Amino acid sequence: MKLCWFHLMPYTDLPDDFKDSHNSVWVDIDSRLFKPEKAHHMYNDFMDELEFAAESGFDGVCVNEHHQNGYGLMPSPNLIAATLARRTQDAAIIVMGNSLALYNPPLRVAEEFAMLDCISGGRLVAGFPVGTPMDTCYAYGMNPSQLRERYYEAHDLILKAWAEPEPFAWNGRYNKLRHVNPWPRPVQSPHPPIWIPGGGSVETWQWCAEQDYVYAYLSYFGYKAGAATMNGFWREMKNLGKDPNPFRAGFLQFVGVAENRDKALDLYREPAEYFYNRCLHVDARYANPPGYTSEATMRAKVKSQVLQAARRATDQSMITAPTFEEIVDKGYVIIGSPDEVAEQLREVAVDLNIGHLMLLLQFGNMGKELAIHNTALFAKQVAPQINGLFENEWPDEWWPQAMASSTRAEPRPVFQTTLQ
Amino acid sequence: MNEPSTRIVKVNGSGCRIWENGDGEPLVLLSGFGGYPNWTPFLGHLASKRRLIVPSLPGYPGADGHRLLDNQLDWVSATLDLLEAAEINNTDLIGLGPGAALAAEVAAMVHTHVRRLVLIGPMGLFDEGDPLGDIWALRDSEVPAMFSSQPEKFAEALSCPDNEDEVEWRILQTRAREAAARMLWPIGDTGLAKRLHRITAPTLLLWGGADRVVPPVYANRFADLITGPCETKTIDGSGHRVDFDAAEQTAKAILSFLH
Repeated sequence: MKLCWFHLMPYTDLPDDFKDSHNSVWVDIDSRLFKPEKAHHMYNDFMDELEFAAESGFDGVCVNEHHQNGYGLMPSPNLIAATLARRTQDAAIIVMGNSLALYNPPLRVAEEFAMLDCISGGRLVAGFPVGTPMDTCYAYGMNPSQLRERYYEAHDLILKAWAEPEPFAWNGRYNKLRHVNPWPRPVQSPHPPIWIPGGGSVETWQWCAEQDYVYAYLSYFGYKAGAATMNGFWREMKNLGKDPNPFRAGFLQFVGVAENRDKALDLYREPAEYFYNRCLHVDARYANPPGYTSEATMRAKVKSQVLQAARRATDQSMITAPTFEEIVDKGYVIIGSPDEVAEQLREVAVDLNIGHLMLLLQFGNMGKELAIHNTALFAKQVAPQINGLFENEWPDEWWPQAMASSTRAEPRPVFQTTLQ
Repeated sequence: MNEPSTRIVKVNGSGCRIWENGDGEPLVLLSGFGGYPNWTPFLGHLASKRRLIVPSLPGYPGADGHRLLDNQLDWVSATLDLLEAAEINNTDLIGLGPGAALAAEVAAMVHTHVRRLVLIGPMGLFDEGDPLGDIWALRDSEVPAMFSSQPEKFAEALSCPDNEDEVEWRILQTRAREAAARMLWPIGDTGLAKRLHRITAPTLLLWGGADRVVPPVYANRFADLITGPCETKTIDGSGHRVDFDAAEQTAKAILSFLH
């Protein structure tokens, strides 16, 4: 079992009345709410937390990409990944990921991921999301009818760019390049493992199976709501003749650990409510651009996560604000003592057959102190109870193959120096 | 109301429906947002006086193949294929919304195709100071009022008829929206401003006075850029879908211009 520490980097200072007095956390979020001097501290706290997680023994640290989004301050996750490549030693650096169609040309992803893989000594996981409608179609103006075509072409171009030793010409439908020859190239051969964050479409499952990629279901609605999707995924893998290796799958779960359950309920109430009530206050206007969801998926009635949320919602906002009790009851956040959390996570991992658990231990407006506390408790008392799961039965063929640590560079420590 | 005759022609290998109804001089119409899943009173009014030919653009109800079209040139080329299959030849041409943007392109490109031109709330231009309606970012409940001045009636017209499958009906409408989005997303100009000066056919610019998709002020911009003979008529109180809000009045205005 791989335990991966995931940061969304939410802006932690949205006002109390955000849901009532602002339209949306995404796309048209009020820019006047953004205070750069506060964001300076947020970014640095978040990066401290990621580094602390890596030092505490988490197998990997995860970052992701969002645009014009109050709960995701990483338009460029690669910038954060670059600092992590320098400031962490053994943890995998899981960029979850770059929305391929938004990079022009998409060769930029081949280049930057190769840089990250070189700097980190082969610790990169390359995440290739299509991207949400809000990020791609509304914030970045990408045509929803062309998004997937552009995504698949970008994927093919990047893979060929990593594999092909000679410069080549690319005459794609959307990209015309006469001289493709990225420099640098990734350490991992033929390329870093590829993980696909998805929302539950049959085509994505089939494509992951065909390409032999990890499918990561990044839901904010926990293991109870995620079970249907993961069961569908495994049924499809079986139909396609793939083995049930749990390392084919990744799954996101919010977790709050404390000495005991009551204390956990007390500690995590505010950040959980902040996340579900303010951070997920997304205007339903931006949920469903025509063409984003394929007709096959519409027919299969497997709606994307976004559509599910939109359905759940009032007409105005994508989700109705849940209470903390609902958040816990429905399993959006797993809360409890280390033993309770370990037991629940074991159940989630076994029931949903998940080899890569992606854990949100900082969420909402949780400050650094509590995030570190949650992370430390998890690392010391939860992780040892579950990290051996699946490891003897299945090979993780989708984990980075880093250079041996003895052959990797040692970054110069950071200290104050005075030049003579 | 007589039922139209239906035939299917191929555009880029994909089937596109062509409806025909009525007698007299031919009159070709390119639909607007949503296309025509069913024959409408507006089409009936036009067909009562002329031989009305209604080809479906790729992706609109009755037609497929929008996903083969990647840019404006592809759309114009597909429209020419479709109109030529509908046997356009020095014929009067009407377009609505996105169909009007393409009708204008055709009139600008191939003078021999279009005798007289009617553009109803045409897309194709964009002014940041007076932007087009944000038609892609609407809550479901906001759609009817964006397009029609009679939102309740319009919502009813969009709802699934009893004899249709609900999922397929929704897919039909989503596909038509996708086809429009494929050409127009994320809503800007289509470069049409650079070609409008080429239009020589006498042109009627017809607008719903309460159009929220293409504000009526755009009529002046079109009139300024079209160098051929051009007149403007506004249907007071109607929304973007004047063909729905004021079917008879709109048909009369068109027929009177084409008389």
